[in-house]
Amino acid sequence: MIGMLSSAMHLMTRTMTKLLLLILLLPFAATAADEHVRLDQAPIDIRDAASLQRGAKIFVNYCLNCHSAQYMRYNRLVDIGLTDQQIRDNLMFASNKVGDTMTVAMRKADGAKWFGTAPPDLTVVARSRGPDWIYTYLRSYYRDDSTTTGWNNLVFPSVAMPHVLWELQGQQVLTVETHEGAHGKEQHRTLALASAGTLSSPEYDKLVADLVNYLVFMGEPMQITRTRMGYVVLMGLAVLFVLAYLLKKEYWKDVH
Amino acid sequence: MTRSQAFLNWIDERFPLTTLWKEHLSEYYAPKNFNFWYYFGSLALLVLVLQIVTGIFLTMNYKPDATQAFGSVEYIMRDVPAGWLIRYMHSTGASMFFIVVYLHMFRGLLYGSYRKPRELLWVLGVIIYLALMAEAFFGYLLPWGQMSYWGAQVIVNLFGAVPFIGEDLAVWIRGDYVVSDATLNRFFAFHVIAIPLVLLALVVAHIIALHEVGSNNPDGIEIKKTKDPDGRPLDGIPFHPYYTVKDIVGVVVFLAVFSFIIFFMPEVGGYFLEYNNFIPADPLKTPPHIAPVWYFTPYYAMLRAVPAFLGTQFWGVLVMGAAVLIFFLLPWLDRSPVKSIRYKGPYYKIALTLFTISFLVLGWLGTQPTAFLGAIGKTEIAVVLARLFTVVYFAFFLLMPWYSRIDSYKPKPKRVTE
Repeated sequence: MIGMLSSAMHLMTRTMTKLLLLILLLPFAATAADEHVRLDQAPIDIRDAASLQRGAKIFVNYCLNCHSAQYMRYNRLVDIGLTDQQIRDNLMFASNKVGDTMTVAMRKADGAKWFGTAPPDLTVVARSRGPDWIYTYLRSYYRDDSTTTGWNNLVFPSVAMPHVLWELQGQQVLTVETHEGAHGKEQHRTLALASAGTLSSPEYDKLVADLVNYLVFMGEPMQITRTRMGYVVLMGLAVLFVLAYLLKKEYWKDVH
Repeated sequence: MTRSQAFLNWIDERFPLTTLWKEHLSEYYAPKNFNFWYYFGSLALLVLVLQIVTGIFLTMNYKPDATQAFGSVEYIMRDVPAGWLIRYMHSTGASMFFIVVYLHMFRGLLYGSYRKPRELLWVLGVIIYLALMAEAFFGYLLPWGQMSYWGAQVIVNLFGAVPFIGEDLAVWIRGDYVVSDATLNRFFAFHVIAIPLVLLALVVAHIIALHEVGSNNPDGIEIKKTKDPDGRPLDGIPFHPYYTVKDIVGVVVFLAVFSFIIFFMPEVGGYFLEYNNFIPADPLKTPPHIAPVWYFTPYYAMLRAVPAFLGTQFWGVLVMGAAVLIFFLLPWLDRSPVKSIRYKGPYYKIALTLFTISFLVLGWLGTQPTAFLGAIGKTEIAVVLARLFTVVYFAFFLLMPWYSRIDSYKPKPKRVTE
């Protein structure tokens, strides 16, 4: 049942074309077992400058020590309402040239040695993973003594990164319940907070949402300009359509 | 004689400007009953121009270097003025090119535009389609993302399945044992120079062939058979101004769709820009699911549907190649006494419907991992479906000489309807 539900959710995000095709084959799709964890929808708003600014601060403080964002320039943060001086004072630790990109001092080879894999660059991570994945992932860490870091993750099993935000969230533990389902034995996996962090659960969720919001912005900083320009272009084309249509009608009067 | 007329005469004595204008526009007579399906030829030309112009601007900032390619695309997206717009126009344009060309080809299937005397016109069109596929394939490597890299790896490896010479052939194409900087450089050369030149030449040839035989129309009759005393087809109207003003309406509608995608959904849910292509190419990390962009997926689904036989995967490659090349034979497979679907019988209508469904379903299956519909025993349902629809796809062509001959038909009119 959960498999069906999550596969249906998964499909809903696809395009209309595919939806039409899906109708043709829905009987087959229903039998497909989906073993992925259901992703929570990230409550983000790319127009919320305050949230983006909080997210930028979290990103710089917690992520930008190991992960780079090497295609993102610091002064792009002007787009979310910060001044060059604010950026220099609050968000830049290594240099003060706001035209620099967000690089890290850690070398890739060292990262690979220390973590088993080099921490990936995060400039466009929101575009490859999607906001929902990151939002769920950063809230799905749990204690696991069998791993080298002592942490594991429901969304990304055996992840190399330890839970960097654990002091904020606290420590979660995993409980696995096995019961008989429609397709034989089914595992129901849930996370519960074993020890509290400095933030309450809703506060932590909000912090992660701010961070994800920032990552979405960083993935495509011009996206607000893009949609704004889109309305203007479409309105212009609407006017042009009327003119083109009238011109065509005028010329075609004498056909037939 | 006015000065401008004198100037025109001066040119005409040296270059056939007025003659060309008359032959191809103001005195090129097109049937007056063109419908919706007849917009896509001129739209394909428009997209070609858009791709060339945006491509030129992208080339000014793109770096065909394995260590810089991915970064240079992000540089275009972030730091080049209007770079994001040009890049999205180009990436969306690639998909729109295929949408427009597929609809243009479907028009041919509807109204028998490939039939005598338009066989060469059709053949030139299929060569354009092949060149377009090559252009898209080479271009897709350039952003140097994971799907760029592994997609190219998979496709080049197909050549490796050719018996005896395969391995050497694959190395020759790549310029290396794996897809690498050398491959990126040569694909760049093919994408920005070689194939566009071929495409342009072919498009010119396609239009010359069209204007030699004249356009077909939804009734599938020859308007040149009924002319007025001056030798003008009675059912024809000059392309300019009638179809130029009509096509402007089509262009505006197309640009609205095009703009909607560029400004509001440039990734189109991972179909126009694949999510995994936002991860830089990593030769050491094979993605669990490699899918080509949507316009290749019908053929990709066929490739995966054909089982290995006699210890080689080459049969899948053969089937995939045959699926494209079989379009060449179409003018000689159709034996119906009428061209247009309006006057053809139920067999062709059913066959075309089944073919269209199989093309769409194969396209959908090709975007997914083969296990995505589950399995019965060891047989994956998606593979069985792909096999079934591959057979339907080929049956449309291979059985056509038979079903088009025995099919009933309505007598076609002497003059165009509407």
